[in-house]
Amino acid sequence: MERALRQTWAFVFREYHLTRRYISWVVVFTFYAVVNSATIALIGVAAGDRRLTLTLLLGVLLWGFLSVLFIEIANSITYERWEGTLEYTFMAPVSRLNHLFGVSIYVILQSIVRTLIIITSLSLFIELDLSGANLPGLLVVLLVSSAAFIGLGLMAAVMPVFSPERGAEATNIFQGILLLVSGVYYPVEILPAWLQPLAAISPATYALSASRKLIGIDAGSDVSGRLAGAPVSAVVPELLILALMGIVLIPLGLLIFGRVEAWAKRTGKLKRMG
Amino acid sequence: MMSNHGIEVLHLQKYFKKRKGLFRSQTVEIHALKDVSFTVGLGETYGLLGPNGSGKSTLIRVLSTLLLPDAGEVRLLGHPLPEEEGAVRRKIGRVSVDAAFYKRLSARENLLYSAYLYGLEPRAAERRAMQILERLGLEEKRFSDPLEEMSRGMQQKVAITRALLTNPPLLLLDEPTTGLDPKSRRDVQKFLENLRREEGTTILLTSHDMAETERLCSRVGFLAHGRLIAEGTAEQLKEQSGTSTLDDAFIAFAGESLEQSEEKSVGGEDEATDEAAVAGVAD
Repeated sequence: MERALRQTWAFVFREYHLTRRYISWVVVFTFYAVVNSATIALIGVAAGDRRLTLTLLLGVLLWGFLSVLFIEIANSITYERWEGTLEYTFMAPVSRLNHLFGVSIYVILQSIVRTLIIITSLSLFIELDLSGANLPGLLVVLLVSSAAFIGLGLMAAVMPVFSPERGAEATNIFQGILLLVSGVYYPVEILPAWLQPLAAISPATYALSASRKLIGIDAGSDVSGRLAGAPVSAVVPELLILALMGIVLIPLGLLIFGRVEAWAKRTGKLKRMG
Repeated sequence: MMSNHGIEVLHLQKYFKKRKGLFRSQTVEIHALKDVSFTVGLGETYGLLGPNGSGKSTLIRVLSTLLLPDAGEVRLLGHPLPEEEGAVRRKIGRVSVDAAFYKRLSARENLLYSAYLYGLEPRAAERRAMQILERLGLEEKRFSDPLEEMSRGMQQKVAITRALLTNPPLLLLDEPTTGLDPKSRRDVQKFLENLRREEGTTILLTSHDMAETERLCSRVGFLAHGRLIAEGTAEQLKEQSGTSTLDDAFIAFAGESLEQSEEKSVGGEDEATDEAAVAGVAD
């Protein structure tokens, strides 16, 4: 048990020190994320529409959190291939579950810190009055939906094993499709009919739908302007779907990862390329 | 599991597929290892000599559990591969020709990461790392420097330290001194001699360097175009070929020098090649 914990910790340790050594890039990317979030949310402020502002704000924060979670896990193998360390990680006596769990823990922590920085910074641009919103409920949605995104990330993480460059390209395209179909900034109903079935299989769709109810975006507000956030019981269907997606996608991601690793060991694809 | 052999390889075959032709529609099989058989005794240092593309790195990768053999049997310290790869991974250390590290991280951070990865207690691992680095001649003050600020020789010493952190009974060294300056090369060679003598570590060493192989290895195998064409002590190989140097012995057995053999393999005229070269074009 102690050994397994140390092995999981190895990846948190590594990621922490890599973040520290690349801190200037982390600052640059976070700065860009803050500015990007502010410019999107200010569209709603300019329209004088509180509902639109809240919709955009929720979309940019939730998508920022979940997409970083997905892309960082998906790119974890790409980074190792670029550094040339993949063979050493794969020949260590560490289970893939511990490996990917360790990577996921750090990415979740990193995403939480990044989101908190963005929220704090946004208060410089926008007056945020979230009284009446069900913020603890929002945290529950975030945690449950994280599992589904981790599962998607695990599945995408194997793509660089086939080809580092094409794998990274495919991951970005997949992320783009998720953004398009999940109704991050608009209701999915306005999408063309042929795209709407994809919205139904995206975990972000359910995370957003639940979060909007919990904040009370569509419920309006009372005369004092206080939001009428729904209780968690009102989003049980969305939470169940998200939990089911996580339960299916994480083991499926690990299974696919294991299969591709075995294939790579037969064909020699673990060798550093690019 | 007890075994008298550190390494047992029997009729090992490994091939890779390569796409060729217009639209890369044709697939050809390239044999990287052809019916390779040899054993390395416990505590023995065995040298594999061969040019680039002869299959040395492929063989090391099979033994490191990074490649699955297509045919044949492989046992390390009595554990069959791939069936008992978990047990093998706990007992081997590997150093490759390119010191693969997180270059922005310091030697200390890279080594601690490796220690955690193998489930080691970090303080004990750090102490051991310092001892090994000291024996290899790396100054303590460089321990906190990023790897990217170190010379290749220093990086390779850190790589050797990483491979020895778990005190593995079996060490797989893939051209560990290639590209090192003479002092670093001597430091590493002396360290390996001491390691075998004091710890009884079984070592498989691949190299292009005949003098190094002769100095460190009790037996030597010549690998050319994926085949093990001869093996024995350096003296036996020279005697059998009627030559006075290992270089000449290799030419006598292979029918060509290391350089000529390398040109053939890299040029793609010959089937035997390194997986690295194949994978690069097969992707």
